[in-house]
Amino acid sequence: MTEITCKLLVIGAGPGGYVCAIRAGQLGLDTVIVESTKLGGSCLNIGCIPSKAMIHVAEEFEKAAHAAAGKTPFGLTASAPKLDLKQAVAWKDGIVQRLNNGVAALLRKSKVKIVHGRARFRDGKTVIVETETGPRTIKAETIVIATGSAPVELPFLPFGGNVISSTGALALTEVPKRLAVVGGGYIGLELGTAFAKLGAKVTVVEAQASILPLYDAELTAPVAKHLAALGVEVLLGAKARGMTPKGNALLIETAGGEEKRIEADKVLVTVGRAPVTNGLGLEELVLDMDGRFIRIGERCETSMRGIHAIGDVTGEPMLAHRAMAQGEMVAEIAAGLPRAWDKRCIPAVCFTDPEIVSVGLSPEEAGKAGLEIKTGKFPFAANGRAMTRHGEQGFVRIVAQAQTQLVLGIQAVGQGVSELSSTFGLAIEMGATLEDIAGTIHAHPTLGEAAQEAALMALGHAIHI
Amino acid sequence: MAERIIKLPDVGEGIAEAELVEWHVKIGDIIREDDLLAAVMTDKATVEIPSPVDGEVTWIGAEIGDTVAIGSALVKLKVAGAPSAEEPAAAPEAPKEAPKPAAKPAATTEAPAAKAEASKPAPTVEPPKAMTVPKPTRGVVQAIAQNPASRRAPGEKPLASPAVRLKAREAGIDLRQLSGTGPAGRILHKDLDAYLLRGPDAERAPGLSEKTAVTDIKVVGLRRKIAEKMALSKSRIPHITIVEEVNVTPLEDLRATLNKKPTPERPKLTLLPFLMRAMVKAISEQPNLNALYDDDAGVIHQHAGIHIGIATQTPTGLMVPVVKHAEARDIWGCGIELNRIAERARDGTATRDELTGSTITITSLGALGGIATTPVINYPEVAIVGVNKMMIRPIWDGTTFVPRKMMNLSSSFDHRVIDGWDAAIFVQRLKELLENPATLFIDG
Repeated sequence: MTEITCKLLVIGAGPGGYVCAIRAGQLGLDTVIVESTKLGGSCLNIGCIPSKAMIHVAEEFEKAAHAAAGKTPFGLTASAPKLDLKQAVAWKDGIVQRLNNGVAALLRKSKVKIVHGRARFRDGKTVIVETETGPRTIKAETIVIATGSAPVELPFLPFGGNVISSTGALALTEVPKRLAVVGGGYIGLELGTAFAKLGAKVTVVEAQASILPLYDAELTAPVAKHLAALGVEVLLGAKARGMTPKGNALLIETAGGEEKRIEADKVLVTVGRAPVTNGLGLEELVLDMDGRFIRIGERCETSMRGIHAIGDVTGEPMLAHRAMAQGEMVAEIAAGLPRAWDKRCIPAVCFTDPEIVSVGLSPEEAGKAGLEIKTGKFPFAANGRAMTRHGEQGFVRIVAQAQTQLVLGIQAVGQGVSELSSTFGLAIEMGATLEDIAGTIHAHPTLGEAAQEAALMALGHAIHI
Repeated sequence: MAERIIKLPDVGEGIAEAELVEWHVKIGDIIREDDLLAAVMTDKATVEIPSPVDGEVTWIGAEIGDTVAIGSALVKLKVAGAPSAEEPAAAPEAPKEAPKPAAKPAATTEAPAAKAEASKPAPTVEPPKAMTVPKPTRGVVQAIAQNPASRRAPGEKPLASPAVRLKAREAGIDLRQLSGTGPAGRILHKDLDAYLLRGPDAERAPGLSEKTAVTDIKVVGLRRKIAEKMALSKSRIPHITIVEEVNVTPLEDLRATLNKKPTPERPKLTLLPFLMRAMVKAISEQPNLNALYDDDAGVIHQHAGIHIGIATQTPTGLMVPVVKHAEARDIWGCGIELNRIAERARDGTATRDELTGSTITITSLGALGGIATTPVINYPEVAIVGVNKMMIRPIWDGTTFVPRKMMNLSSSFDHRVIDGWDAAIFVQRLKELLENPATLFIDG
């Protein structure tokens, strides 16, 4: 059995793991990364990237469908669009493939050794990887667990047949006529919206009293409104009970306690994601856990010396960019640099229609923290760029500390607002005040102007409203 | 309405100018007749200038510390009535009526802060709602940032850009130890750089912080007079100082006896009248010590009359009221006059005459008076006697130590005209007289 000895071993080549490995390679560390499937992890292969590709397909299809129906206010007409979903999926897979190759190239460039196979701890310094050519032993000074998460399966709705996970949904080669979505979180609504645009009759079953519980009602209202316009039925306070014996309908219990059948060709279950820790041999290490997640400190250290954990396996928020930031930090720590997690915010984006972005504290969260706040809210209905994009719904909202004008949080809902998350995050990370944002020239005409106006609004002198 | 110019009146004392030391009004104040306008300082005394009329202050002619010539314009007032004589007969009534609504504000002219407070609730017309949104200013943000009270709460993350945070971490600095000078208390690169130069706060006692504020206080009025006088004394006069200890036990016994039954004619005596008597007696033997030295003219004015200045601490600063003709006063006479002029100096009512004309000076800090002092001669005098604190000390009487009430005299002399020998003779004579107090009462 060949044995590899290295300085840093990363288990999992998702966005956390591969960023960690690349950064470690840049810093000159002798680094090995182990991946059992494809490079890029859930994000690249079955999550962020493919879902956004399919959402884009759906948007384009919807535009063409609107043009065909003569619904565009600007006089564009087209003949009824047809979608070859197989080709769309192939296009999506092409993007994924390119990115896979890109990650591999970046890892090679940083002189990171890639080992394909499933890793299992033997002890705190040693991992056995089952590869196609047999087991390989890797010994490392520092080991990073970056195994990510997987969709949660409901026991009464096991994946298989017509019951699919998000991964399955992104691989569908035909648009289901009737799609039931169990779970009204961001994954279910992003995919549900896309399939609705592609022509599916979508029903969302959510056990909570509201959709998108991560965001407040003000932000989700435009999304709920647009779901209704798309013909998506949203059943709140409703619980999935299982499939009918024939497998062609979902049984649910409504908020009123009644049994109901939802006819469905496919049932997409998106009720959350669980950390991937099984089969990793963690029982050999006895790491401290935080519920199902691996407990970490501010340097992503586990309870065992020399073992770090990053990304979804360490808990919420399960977001690729959080994992990336942790990965970069841990690589630098392994290289002996003084680092610790001191980020001010982790932006959250929901690619529904309209999109939602939230950075920092919401008004409610700031209030709960005992902060005296002021808010400024500017609607896209008064933003020139939003009008020319035919996307006037939504707004930008800024939450600031009343006394100091320090910006505590920025949220937005609207078409294309996901791209504003960078500037929102930068503002908070830099410790911007309302006057900093108000005093920055925002290019015209852009959606970003709404952020400047929201800051001016909070200061009491918005210009364009 | 007419303009009335108030000029600096002749404040007496034959002077041509005075230093403005205090304004009681500012532009825009409504004042009434006899309200104080300003205070000016002559050589010694402060003179208050009242307003001769009612009116509104529209102009003030000098800043505190300026020297103003007698007769120059001090204040311009807008007064009711017309300047011309051809006014209708009703006009003279106007001044009485017009200022009435202003009477209330006028009463607060001496307390501008109170006036500002009182005027706050006055606006009754609410501005439009849109205008009431408080408009934060940079100043507000700065003030909060710099206010130590605004330091972050426990557990609160310090506010700094990622670059500053990284730099701090690399330097091993915990940013929680820093306070930022940026908006909302943001820690800037320069704050971190300053901290790196200064070193950690942790080495200092908690709760202590560096203070960098500088308060500029203009030296005006009495302080300036004192400063000038002291600088003159010390720059012109080569001082020699002799410290001698005096056993005042018998004097204190005598004083206690005399103070047993005070009457208006014979009030309680402090030690100073005894010292004054001793000085009168010593000076009768050494008249050259009771003199003013006009060093510009090269003349020593040796005075027959002994006028003893008493350095006195007043609320506004050091003053030297004078007991005139001490040689003609008995011990109670000295005591009575000393009390009177000291009181007048303290309450600010001493006249220029009472504050000038001394030929020799006593300085005493009373119970605060230390073991020894280095008195500064009251220019252009040639000698000053300083009294130090009396205390009981063990004194060797030849066979044993006995407790004695001892007091040091620290006396300075102008060495240009008084030699050390003469100075020592004078001090020894004072000691002899004070230690044998009966001799103070023997005339001739």
